[in-house]
Amino acid sequence: MSTNAIELRGVTKRFGSVIANDHVNLTLEKGEILSILGENGSGKTTLMNMLSGIYFPDEGQILIDGKEVAIRGPKDAFQLGIGMIHQHFKLINVLTAAQNIILGLSGKSRLDMKKVNKDVSNLVEKYGFDLNPEEKIYNMSVSQKQTVEIVKVLYRGADILILDEPTAVLTPQETEKLFAVLRKMKEAGKSIIIITHKLNEVLEISDRVAVLRKGSSIGVVKTSEASVESLTEMMVGEKVDLDIQRSKPKSPEKRIELRGVNVRNIEGQDVLKDISFVANSGEILGIAGISGNGQKELLESIGGLIPIESGEILYYPPNDAPVEKLSEKTVQEIQKLKISLSFVPEDRLGMGLVGSMNLTDNMMIRSYRGGRRFFADRKSPKLLAEHIVAKLEVATPDVNTPVRRLSGGNVQKILVGREIATRPNVLMVAYPVRGLDINSSYTIYNLLNEQKEKGVAVMCVGEDLDVLLQLCDRILVLCEGKISGIVDANKSSKEELGMLMTGGRKVSSK
Amino acid sequence: MNEKAVNIKKEKYIRHIVKRDVISKKKAWFIRLIAVVLSLLVSAVVIVGITKENPLSVYGGIINGAVGTNHRLWTTVREIVVLLLIAVGLVPAFKMRFWNLGAEGQILIGAVASAALMIYGKSIPAPLLLTLIIVCSMLAGMLWGLLPGIFKAIYNTNESLFTLMLNYVAMQIVTFCIVFWENPSGSNSVGIINAATRAGWFPRAFGNEYFMNIVIVVVITVAISVYMRYSKQGYEIAVVGESQNTARYAGIDVKKVMIRTMMISSAICGLAGAVIVSGASHTISTSTAGGRGFTAIIVAWMANMNPLGMLLVSTFLVFMQQGSIQIASQYGLNENASDIITGILIFFLIGCEFFIHYRIEKTKMEEM
Repeated sequence: MSTNAIELRGVTKRFGSVIANDHVNLTLEKGEILSILGENGSGKTTLMNMLSGIYFPDEGQILIDGKEVAIRGPKDAFQLGIGMIHQHFKLINVLTAAQNIILGLSGKSRLDMKKVNKDVSNLVEKYGFDLNPEEKIYNMSVSQKQTVEIVKVLYRGADILILDEPTAVLTPQETEKLFAVLRKMKEAGKSIIIITHKLNEVLEISDRVAVLRKGSSIGVVKTSEASVESLTEMMVGEKVDLDIQRSKPKSPEKRIELRGVNVRNIEGQDVLKDISFVANSGEILGIAGISGNGQKELLESIGGLIPIESGEILYYPPNDAPVEKLSEKTVQEIQKLKISLSFVPEDRLGMGLVGSMNLTDNMMIRSYRGGRRFFADRKSPKLLAEHIVAKLEVATPDVNTPVRRLSGGNVQKILVGREIATRPNVLMVAYPVRGLDINSSYTIYNLLNEQKEKGVAVMCVGEDLDVLLQLCDRILVLCEGKISGIVDANKSSKEELGMLMTGGRKVSSK
Repeated sequence: MNEKAVNIKKEKYIRHIVKRDVISKKKAWFIRLIAVVLSLLVSAVVIVGITKENPLSVYGGIINGAVGTNHRLWTTVREIVVLLLIAVGLVPAFKMRFWNLGAEGQILIGAVASAALMIYGKSIPAPLLLTLIIVCSMLAGMLWGLLPGIFKAIYNTNESLFTLMLNYVAMQIVTFCIVFWENPSGSNSVGIINAATRAGWFPRAFGNEYFMNIVIVVVITVAISVYMRYSKQGYEIAVVGESQNTARYAGIDVKKVMIRTMMISSAICGLAGAVIVSGASHTISTSTAGGRGFTAIIVAWMANMNPLGMLLVSTFLVFMQQGSIQIASQYGLNENASDIITGILIFFLIGCEFFIHYRIEKTKMEEM
C-alpha cells in the first residue's frame, strides 16, 4: 500500500458560528497534482491554511506520510515538508530574491551569500525557473515574485507544495511557464495542490480534482474523466449556462474621446504614449495587454486620479450637453459636475474599499458628500448596501460586517454593485473578475452587459482573452503604453490579440 | 497501523494560539478586568515588599490618597478630566493614523497663551478674559500642530519626529517666558499668578473649584465623539486613515483633511493647557504638561478611542497615581514609587490586549 502524502480525516474548522470546513476528507497521493476547486467561501483556502499551520483544526486528523501530526504553526509545516505559496506575496521589496529566500532560516553565524546564491541558482536551473537570485524584489514582475515564493519553499526542502490561486495574477504566457515548472516538479516527485477557479487550467494541469462546496467535500474525480460542464455542476450544485449573451450595440454615441494623451509616472517614465481613441455609449470596449503596459494608467487618467502630461480627454454628455474637458478637472470636480465616471480599481481593497469599514460605510465613499448638512447620511447607504447584498447574493452576516472579513468574490460584488448604483454614463472596470469563481464572474459579466444595454459606455480591462472576445464589442490593445491596435471582437482571435499584446504587428483600424 | 501508533509521541493536549475572529464586548472587558485585578495584585506585592506593611493597609492608603478627603477627591477628578481631554484631543489625529506625539508641546503652548493673558490682561473684564484665554490657548495649540500637519500634507515629512521635536521647542519657550514672568524675582518660577485678584482663573461654581474644567471636558468629549461618528468630516478622517489611495479615489482632498484634522487635534490639546493653567495650577512651569501628553496616548489606545473607555482608563490611571503619591509620603518612599505603580498598571493593561486579540486553545489529540 502506497502511503499518501497528505490525508485529511474529518477535518472541521469553525469561525464563530460559521463552519468553514465541515468534516472534510481529502487525500493527496505522492507525486501527483491535485486541484482543489470550489466557489468563493467554499473553504478551500481555510483548509490549506490548516495544512500550512496558520489555523488549527477544531476536529479531525491530519496525516502526513501516514502519520498523524499536529501542525501548530508555519514552522511545523515546514518541518513536515509542506510549503504554501499564498495569493498575496510575503516578500521584502528592498532585498534580493536570494535574501528573501533565506529570510527566517537559521544557519551559521557567518552568512555566505555566494553559496546561497549558487544553491538558489541550482534550484532555478533544476526546475527551469526564470529567476536571477541577486535581483531585488522591487524590480520584479508579479510572475517573478511568485517564482521567488515557489523557490523559497523548495529551498526549505518542501515536498508538498500548495499554491493558492497561482494563476490569478499571471498572463496566459506566464501561466504556461508556471505549468511547465509544476510538471517538472511533479516528475521530481513533489506532490502539489493547486487551488483555482479556472476550469480550463484544472483540466490542463491536474491529475485529480477535489471539489468543495459550502465547506464540505463533494467528491474527487480523475481529470481525464472530467469536463468543464461536469466540474461546474459539481462545484455549483446545478447546471450553469456558460455563455455570455452579447447583444449588438444600440445607437452608439461618442462618450469619451482621448486625443494624443501622454502620461508620465512619478519616476518620470512615459507610461502612456500618444493615446487616441473613442469609447461609445452602449458598447463594451475591452482593453487588453500584458499587465503593466499602461492599462491602469489609462483608466486612472480618465478618472482624474493621475495628471496627464499632454493631450486632452473629452467627455460628451448625453442629450447633446456641451463637451467637458475631463483632463482639466480634479476627481472631486468630476463628481460635482455629476459626470458619472465609475471606476473599479485593480487593487480592490487598496483603493476601492476600506477594509476595516462595514458595508454601509463603504457605500458612503461615493455618496457621503450629498446634501448640505454637516452630518453624514447613513440611512440611504444602508439601504443601498442591503439592496446590493440581496441582488448580487453577497455572502455576509449583515451590512455591519467589515468588508475585510468577506471573501474576494463578495468584496468584488460590493465594489461593482456600488459603482453601478451611481447610475454611470461611463463605467470603467479593471480586472473585474480577478480571482473570482465561475458563478461570481458570470454575475459580473451580466452586470456589465446590463449596463451596456442601458446605454452606458463600458470600458473593461481584462486578462482572460477568451472572455474579452466573448464579452466586448471592440478591443483596444496596449503595448508599452501605446495602442498597438483596436480590433472588432466579433472578428478577431486570441492569436491576433496575443500578437498585438507583444507589439508584433501594427493594425490600423477604425 | 496499531504498531505505528506506539511510535507516535503521545501528546494528549496541544496548546496553540488562535487569532480571535470576533470577541464580544463583554468578554473583552472581562479580560481587561482580570488584567486590572492582576496589576493590583502585583503592585501590592511590590509595595508590600518595599514597605513591609499589610497589603490591605497599603490599599487603604491608596484609596485614602485618591479620594480620602474632599480635597483629594476633587484633585483626582481634576487630573482625570485633564487626562481625558488630552486623550480626546488625540483621537481625531490617531484615527487618521497621524501619530501626534506632540500633545505635550501643544499643551505647553496653550498654557503659555493662557498664562500670558492672565499676566497682561488683568484689566480685561472677567467673562471676556476667560473667553480670550480659551480661544487663544486653542489657537496657540493649533499653530503648534498646524506646522507638522502642513509639512506632512505637502512634503510628507515624518509627523512623529516633527511633533516630538516641537515638544522641546515648546519647553524652551516656556523657560524663556519664566525669565520674564519670574515672581518673586530670583525664584526662577512664576508663582501663583493673580493670587489676590484671581483674574483669569476659572471661576468657582456651585461651590466647586473645578466646575468649569469638568464642563469644558464633557462638552469637548461629547462634541468630538459625535464629530467622529456622525459627521462627514469624521468619515473623511476614517477613510484617509485607512487608505489614502481610497480617499483620493473617492475624491477626498487628503491634504485638506490632514491639515484640518491636525488643527482640531492640537487645538484641543492647547485648550488642555488653559484648563491646567487657568483651571488648576494657576502657574506655569516646564512641567506643566508633566508627561500627560504621552500618558494620554496610552489612554486613547487602551480604550480603542471609545470615549467611555477613555474615561475609565484615565480614571484608573489617575486614581492609582494619586493614591500612590499618598503611599509614598506615608511610608517615606520617594515619588518614583508612584511611577513604578503606573508602570505595572500599564504593563498589564497593554499585555491584556494580546488575550483580547488571541486565545489559547487546547485540543485533544485523538489516538490512532
